[in-house]
Amino acid sequence: MVDQLSRAQDEFRELDEMAAGRSVIHRLHPLCKLIVTIAYIFCVVSFHKYDFSGLAVMLLYPVVLFQAAKIPMHVCFYKLRMVLPLVCAVGLANPFLDHRPVILIGNLVITGGVVSMLTLMLKGCLALMASFLLVATTPIDRLCGALRKVHVPKTLTTLLLLVYRYIGVMLGEASAMVQAYSLRAPGQKGIHVKAWGSFLGQLLLRSADRAQELYSSMLLRGFCGEFFYSEVPACGVGSVLFTGGSMAFFVCARLVNIAQLIGTWVVK
Amino acid sequence: MIEFQNVSFSYDGKTQIVENINLSIKKGESVGLIGANGAGKSTIMKLILGLLSGDGTITVDGFQVKREYLPLIRQKAGYVLQDSDNQMFMPTVYEDMMFGLRNYGMPKDAAEKQIDEVLEQLQLQELKYRHNHKISGGEKRMAAIATILAMQPEVLLMDEPTTALDPFNRRTVIRIVQSLPQTKLIASHDLDMILETCDRVIVLSHGRIAADGECAAILRDRALLEQNRMELPLCMQTPGR
Repeated sequence: MVDQLSRAQDEFRELDEMAAGRSVIHRLHPLCKLIVTIAYIFCVVSFHKYDFSGLAVMLLYPVVLFQAAKIPMHVCFYKLRMVLPLVCAVGLANPFLDHRPVILIGNLVITGGVVSMLTLMLKGCLALMASFLLVATTPIDRLCGALRKVHVPKTLTTLLLLVYRYIGVMLGEASAMVQAYSLRAPGQKGIHVKAWGSFLGQLLLRSADRAQELYSSMLLRGFCGEFFYSEVPACGVGSVLFTGGSMAFFVCARLVNIAQLIGTWVVK
Repeated sequence: MIEFQNVSFSYDGKTQIVENINLSIKKGESVGLIGANGAGKSTIMKLILGLLSGDGTITVDGFQVKREYLPLIRQKAGYVLQDSDNQMFMPTVYEDMMFGLRNYGMPKDAAEKQIDEVLEQLQLQELKYRHNHKISGGEKRMAAIATILAMQPEVLLMDEPTTALDPFNRRTVIRIVQSLPQTKLIASHDLDMILETCDRVIVLSHGRIAADGECAAILRDRALLEQNRMELPLCMQTPGR
C-alpha cells in the first residue's frame, strides 16, 4: 500500500512534468484545446448506439494528437488503468438485453446488444483519452488562466487549482501515515479495519494542518484570492487552424460515416 | 524596525504562549531567537506577520500589525518557513519565485530579472527550472530562501533554517545568511549557527524573555542556557577549538 501511494504521488507529479512539454500540441492555446476537447466528447457521446463504424473514425483524433504531443499512448492507458475497466463495464449487460440481429458475418450473427456494448466501451475510452490528452498537454494553471480569460468566476478557477495542488498534499500525508503504520504492523496487509476511523481522522487533521501552512505561505507572498496564472500565449494561427480543423473533422465524422464510405469505395 | 509592546498571545485564553513581551529590533540588526521547544519562537514570528493576533502592539517599520497594513508588512517581512515543503507549493522553483512577485504586481519582465539576480547571488541558477519534488532537502531550503529574497524584504524572519541539513548544506545556508544585509530574526536550536550569524540573542522561556543581549556573552553563559533547557554551542564545549 505504501508503494501504491507513493507511486500515485509520483504519477501525479509526472503528469505535471508531462504537461510542461514543448511539443506542437503543448504550445497550442489552452482555451482552444479545452473547447476542442469538450466538442470532441460531445460528438463522441452523440453517436448512435449501433454506429460503431462511424465512431471508430473518431479514434483518429487522439491517435494523431498523441503522436504530435510525443506522448506514448500506453502511458495514457497505464494512467487510466483504474478507470478504464469501470468504463468498459458500463455496457456489459447489453448483449443480454438486446438480441436483435444487426450484422451478419457469414453464419455469425452479431446482435444489437454486442454492438451497443462495444460502442459504449469505445465512447468511454475515447472520452477518457481526450480528457487525459488535455491534462497531459496543458499545465493546470494555464488551463485556469485560459478559463479566467473567458470570464469563468475566479472562485471556480482558484478552487480547481487549489484542489489539484492539495491532492498532492493529501497523497503525501497518506503515504507517510501508511508507511508509519506498516512499519509497526509487519505482515499485515493494508490497514486493519479497526484503525480506519482514526486513520482517516488523522489524515484529515494532518492534511488540514499542512494545507493551513501552505495557505499561510501563500498569504505571506501576497495571495489575495486570485492566482496570477502563468502567461497564456496568444491564440496564434496554429491554434485557430487546430480548432477549425478539429471541428470540421468532428462535423464530417458525425454527418458522414467515413468508415462506411471508404469501405464502399474499396468494394467498388 | 520591529517593536513589541506588552504583547501576549494564547490559543485557548488560558495558557499563555507568549506573555507580556517587550522588545525592539533595530534596522540591520541580526537577532537570534532561542529557547526550548514550545518557548514561543515560532509564535513570535507569526505574530509579527499577522498570521496570529494577540494582545498588545506590534509594529514593523512604523506600521502596526493590523488587518489594513498586513499586505504592506508581509511585503516588508519575508518569512522562511521551517518546512520548505510547505513553502514551495508551485511545480517549479521559478514558478514559486514568480508567485510572490506577480502577486505584488511586478511586471513579468522585471520579475524575471529579479529572479535571475537572486539566483545568481545565491549561486542557485541551475535550480531555476527544476521541479520542487525533484530537488534535495538542502536545495529546497536554499530555494525557499531564494523565493523570499526575490521579494526584496527589508526584514527576514527565519524559522529553524538549518534543521535537517547535512553539514555542507548547513554551511551554505550560514554563508548565505551572513551575506544578507537585511534585518534578520532567526529562530533556531542550532546555537553554533546563531553564534555565526547573529549579533544579538533573545532567550525565550515559557513565552517570556529570559535574557536579551550580545550573542557571544549569552551563548557563553552555561548556567543561563541550562536553566532554559539548552546547552553551550558545540564550538564552546570543546576546549581549544
